Amino acid sequence: METLGHDASGFRARGSFDAGEQPGGDRLERLIQTALAPVTGTSRGYYLWVAFLLMVIAWGIYAYSRQLQDGLIVTGMRDRISWGLYITTFVFFIGISHAGTLISAILRVSQARWRTPVTRMAEFITAVALICGALFVIIDMGRPDRVLNIILYGRWQSPIVWDVLAITTYLTASIAYLFLPMIPDLALFRDRLAGRAAAWRTWLYGLLAVRWQGTGAQWRSMGAAITTAMILIIPIAVSVHTVVSWIFAMTLREPWNSTIFGAFFVAGAIFSGIATLIIVMAILRKVYHLEEYITEKHFVYLGYLMAAFTLIMMYGNVSEYLTTGYKMTEETEFHFRQLFLEQFAGFYWFYIVGGLVVPGLLVLLPWTRNIWGVVVAAILVDAAMWVERYFIVVAGFRVPLMPYEPSTYAPSWVELSVVAAGFALFALLITLFVKVFPIIAVWEVAEDLEGVEITPAAGRLAPELAGGGGS
Amino acid sequence: MKRQSDYLHDSTAWRGLAGEHKVGRRHVLRLLGLGVLSVVPLPVLPSLLRAALSQGKVQARGPAARTPDGRIRQWAMVIDLRFCDGCQSVGKPPQCTAACIEGHFAPEPMEWVEVFEGELPGGGTQFLPTPCQQCQNPPCVNVCPVAATFSTPEGTVLIDQNRCIGCRICMAACPYDRRFFNWGTAPTPPESHLIGYSPEHQVPTQRGTVMKCDFCPDMARTGTLPYCVQGCPNHAIYYGDLEEDIASNGDQVIVPSRFLSVNQAYHLKEDLGTKPRVYYIAGHGEAVGRDVFKRDRLPTEWPWAERVKGAKTWKR
Repeated sequence: METLGHDASGFRARGSFDAGEQPGGDRLERLIQTALAPVTGTSRGYYLWVAFLLMVIAWGIYAYSRQLQDGLIVTGMRDRISWGLYITTFVFFIGISHAGTLISAILRVSQARWRTPVTRMAEFITAVALICGALFVIIDMGRPDRVLNIILYGRWQSPIVWDVLAITTYLTASIAYLFLPMIPDLALFRDRLAGRAAAWRTWLYGLLAVRWQGTGAQWRSMGAAITTAMILIIPIAVSVHTVVSWIFAMTLREPWNSTIFGAFFVAGAIFSGIATLIIVMAILRKVYHLEEYITEKHFVYLGYLMAAFTLIMMYGNVSEYLTTGYKMTEETEFHFRQLFLEQFAGFYWFYIVGGLVVPGLLVLLPWTRNIWGVVVAAILVDAAMWVERYFIVVAGFRVPLMPYEPSTYAPSWVELSVVAAGFALFALLITLFVKVFPIIAVWEVAEDLEGVEITPAAGRLAPELAGGGGS
Repeated sequence: MKRQSDYLHDSTAWRGLAGEHKVGRRHVLRLLGLGVLSVVPLPVLPSLLRAALSQGKVQARGPAARTPDGRIRQWAMVIDLRFCDGCQSVGKPPQCTAACIEGHFAPEPMEWVEVFEGELPGGGTQFLPTPCQQCQNPPCVNVCPVAATFSTPEGTVLIDQNRCIGCRICMAACPYDRRFFNWGTAPTPPESHLIGYSPEHQVPTQRGTVMKCDFCPDMARTGTLPYCVQGCPNHAIYYGDLEEDIASNGDQVIVPSRFLSVNQAYHLKEDLGTKPRVYYIAGHGEAVGRDVFKRDRLPTEWPWAERVKGAKTWKR
């Protein structure tokens, strides 16, 4: 504590960082105020937005109640194409959950300093997307009332059980990983809002700040915990999307019979995760005036990462379709025809051109290498990745197994409503999250401010704590 | 800095400081004990839950049929395509399918034994009655998360609709398109509700679960041939026991080991390694005088729709 260079007892007692007594104090105070702003003030637009989302969700719940009442007959799915929009959306949500891991864990491990203002949002997205994704598996079930059977009679041989295991592990780990670096910020909220906010907030921050006082020992344990968590979470995240792909790849269907499916799905997941982070970042930046912390640099850097992934995705496409297409079995021929030329051609070429080529160009060409260019690229990427999941699922099912006429699939209003409600729930959870929890990692960003000392030297045992320890 | 000095007397801060009291041995031991206690039940938790929530005997089915000297019978089917003309000669929809629907109250649009018309490489077509292939390496059983679909000692694959969660991964896994989902409340006649449920007799149907051909082991045990075998006007389908090496089409008795070899029997999609219990003898109805270029069979009909009020059916 003695190395703190300012009133040590004050630091200790307050349990969070001090703004007034440091050289960068003004900027730190401004940062804290920016972080507090969403929590302390609520605009009318916010209520309107929440009301809109609740309406979409209510409509989705009504649609789902119809499905519960009449069965899955109200969907467009039938025996020969027996998964549709729900599973597509499930795979998509699990995919975008990779935003948090990548940005937060991988960039933390690689000590990329610029990540600090965006990590918290990325970790929000992970937790929220996992919850929404898991929900869609249950929505897709014919007998949701028997969901407990998976625990009661679960078989380790089934890819579904791998999925349940991987997703619950990932959800637990990512909530832990979201929570750990948030503790000092929660303590800041606890102290700053004491007596100034609703009772439940005081109670919540007091509870979640787990008696954080900012002592050297506390910084040290948190540093060790974050280091462990960030290393653990990377293999967990990779495993999650790998086993999601194995739901398909473990079946005897030609279009899914692929050894690169796991890797391809993981790459696609990270790809769409970056895109989602860029979109969420752009919205929150605008709404909560984070321009000082989230700058064009962040968009461009994430854009570069996304552009790199367009190349990986293209490589995945070539690798996947050239190896099967060169041999061109009867089923592959059917699949290629529907994918490249017929029923799914519009989707496929939108994905290739609109989702891989154009976003790559938007980021790489100097004229569009700005916030708007990157955000447009991200929107295209997310749309294309959803479409990719769609044709992987539906076109995969459409290849006939026996001599029968190929089926068709068209989602019903129920499916469309439920999926819309799923996206609304995603937006709502993010919206509510930023109202309760610190939107940016205050102490991590503060570390980057000149002349501000947040973590005591004793805490520097884990240098990556301070966003790279690049000093 | 008034606020700060106020804060020094704040109760939360006090609590925080008090929280840093020394951790004694007793404390550590108690924590350890609680930790162990909370982990120990994990492996037995599913069985505890099962005991608490048990719905009686699940996967209920009859005892396996045995040969007189006690060996478990291994049910198998041989479909002689030389005798199958898709019921073109009798001018009716395929009668194996019709008999199966009658016997099992199979709801529309389920054809548990479906007669496909496949193109022959040299032109013309063959009819292909296709029940569940009763694989010995069943992809559907492999992927089921809850063991609702399972292999039996008699070599059949059954579905327990009381356990099925309706995830439909078995339908994705089956390479023969032999699984059917109850998308809605299927139209079945009232008498179907009088028969007790068993995975070997899947009535009444349950919405949101998967169904398929069950290979009629309950009938076989009583010495009765399956409905499809009984229904075939050309006696093209044989059913029997590989263990005792005997099968019948209701007209003749054959020795499968000999019959299959002599007639060069094959499996559907043999290269997948699913090891079906349904064997095929190549042909296109030539033994019953079918012209290989005479296409099409009549569409299957379900008698239930008109007998059940307000029933909603769906297309496959």
